[in-house]
Amino acid sequence: MSESGVVSRLEIRPMSERPKSVGRPWGLPADFLFHKMAVFAAFLVAGVLFATVIAIAFDSRLSIHAFGIWKFLKSSEWNPVTQTFGAFPFIVGTLVSSTIAMVLGVPISFGVAVFIAEIAPAWIKKPVAGAIELLAAIPSIVYGLWGLLIFAPVFAKTEPWINDKLGAIPGIGLLFQGPPMGIGMLTAGIVLAIMVLPYISSIMRDVFLIVPSSLRESAYAIGATTWEVAWNIILPYTRSAVIGGIFLGLGRALGETMAVTFVIGNSNVLSSSLLMPGVTIPSVLANEFTEATTKLYVSSLIYLGLILIAVTLIVRFLAVLLIRRLGRREGAKA
Amino acid sequence: MKSLRVTAILLALSLVGFVASAQSTLTGAGSTWVYPLVAKWAAAYQQNNGVEVNYQSIGSGGGIAQIKAGTVAFGASDMPLKPEDLSSAGLIQFPTAVAGEDLVYNLPGIQAEQLVLSGPLVADIYLGKIKKWNDPAIAKLNSGLNLPDMDITVVHRSDGSGTTFTFCDYLSKVSPEWKDKVGANTSVAWPTGVGGKGNEGVASYVQRIPGSIGYVEYAYILESHLFDARMVNRDGKIVSPSLKGFQDAAAHVDFTKAQDFYVILTDHTGPDTWPISGCTWQILRKNAPKETNMAVMKFFDWGFEHGQDMARSISFGPLPSSTVEAIKSYWKKELGYSL
Repeated sequence: MSESGVVSRLEIRPMSERPKSVGRPWGLPADFLFHKMAVFAAFLVAGVLFATVIAIAFDSRLSIHAFGIWKFLKSSEWNPVTQTFGAFPFIVGTLVSSTIAMVLGVPISFGVAVFIAEIAPAWIKKPVAGAIELLAAIPSIVYGLWGLLIFAPVFAKTEPWINDKLGAIPGIGLLFQGPPMGIGMLTAGIVLAIMVLPYISSIMRDVFLIVPSSLRESAYAIGATTWEVAWNIILPYTRSAVIGGIFLGLGRALGETMAVTFVIGNSNVLSSSLLMPGVTIPSVLANEFTEATTKLYVSSLIYLGLILIAVTLIVRFLAVLLIRRLGRREGAKA
Repeated sequence: MKSLRVTAILLALSLVGFVASAQSTLTGAGSTWVYPLVAKWAAAYQQNNGVEVNYQSIGSGGGIAQIKAGTVAFGASDMPLKPEDLSSAGLIQFPTAVAGEDLVYNLPGIQAEQLVLSGPLVADIYLGKIKKWNDPAIAKLNSGLNLPDMDITVVHRSDGSGTTFTFCDYLSKVSPEWKDKVGANTSVAWPTGVGGKGNEGVASYVQRIPGSIGYVEYAYILESHLFDARMVNRDGKIVSPSLKGFQDAAAHVDFTKAQDFYVILTDHTGPDTWPISGCTWQILRKNAPKETNMAVMKFFDWGFEHGQDMARSISFGPLPSSTVEAIKSYWKKELGYSL
């Protein structure tokens, strides 16, 4: 793609294309050591991940044996009394709450990043960027308590309005039914959106800032507006890094535990409405792990953890596919 | 050089101190419910007897696992183990103190302890069969109250908890349908409602959502000034929750007849007995070293005798003396030695 000559994108080039030292390859002991350390660090991370998956799969064997894979995935019954376990409501809840977080969080992150990179005067850039990054430093339990004690009561007051206005629309109105409790799937999604914002927006901002000013200025020179520059020049140039940032945020949303547990309402009964309580895989783990007394119960909870890893892997796989696909389309255009 | 020698001596001394204190440390783990009581007893016990009791509130499930693995001297569980499970794992158990829980509500115009509920009524509400506050079944018990035409929002615990076990055990005793459809455990498959994490989670939902009802520990009700209900007990009397009501529940149980104290204190007879009473069990290993078990027994014996006011100050009811006697003879019978 970079052969088009006009726009060279941010991308990782294969090893063979990279410049090498022509002097003394691995000539210095320090270089040799550094090489080995880098290789070791990379393999260590992969090894830890691999070992974790093996350990989790091993500990969920009782439950896998008892319920199988397909039956566990599609069963909605989670009953510690009768020792019958199924994962369906948890998988749905995890995906739905993360989707809401992305739908709300990604556009806002994009706006924040464009503001910092393109619009804001220099004196305001630093404080805004700093404030956004501080959001990432707040522990998730604080988000949970904030969501439960401060956001939910305020949100509950807007829910009758949501019921009246959005709930009256045929079709999507089904998503906005239910008593004004202030907690539920939508609240969890909103809190998650705030939590993923710093991750996505700081990656977007960083890559937006390294877009060569020649590109930017050329566009402005031929009369492009800020929006056109952001959408047609900056975003395509940084596309794969932006998608990477979004999926980092999504990974955080899928695995978030404490904040979600406080505000989602923790009900295993599936509902079509986003205002009703729901449940996610991490939240049920946080809720039930400490008091899970039987082996099958513990094993089923670990099995849920295994499924969460699988969900994350599938999402990553889709992300890679998406990036490739977009790349190919862009390449065809050029 | 001199300072190095001083450091070395200090280090050696501190090691000696460490070893010495390690010998007089007692470790326990389990129930979060009983944690405030054990922590309070432990602080006073250390002052009086010099023995440090280190209790980690990791949850009943963890407590049972730890005592089975032999990593702690005692485990604590909110749910008693069945006698056959105890004997197969080589464990014994005994109760510690009694406590209770009650239903709290958020109803416009209705104050604390004005609402009266009965077990079958609560079961029907939590089964989702009674959906409105002005349902005739509720109105029948509360003829003086102006019950609103409002949806009932059921609030339950989302985390596994002894509070849930006690509550569901009670509902299973008073409602065959509950026993059949839901049952009792530290977590259950709730037919309806929203789940709050911990007593504080349930309390905050109930305080916020008009028309809601939830169950929380009695100590938490007192602390947070929640509006709690009066209940109709097994004898048909309308009672308010009180320490005496919890203790009466224990007093009406014949612990000498129950093997391994496998009795749950819900729904017992007695005119003042509070129906949703519960207690926490301590679990020991039979084949643990005698010194270890003796140290645990001494600690709890001290607590039964000297810790009564401490227990009351945090809304735990001390065990009736008949129960304490039963525990002592149980120790002798099961372990072959006594204090």
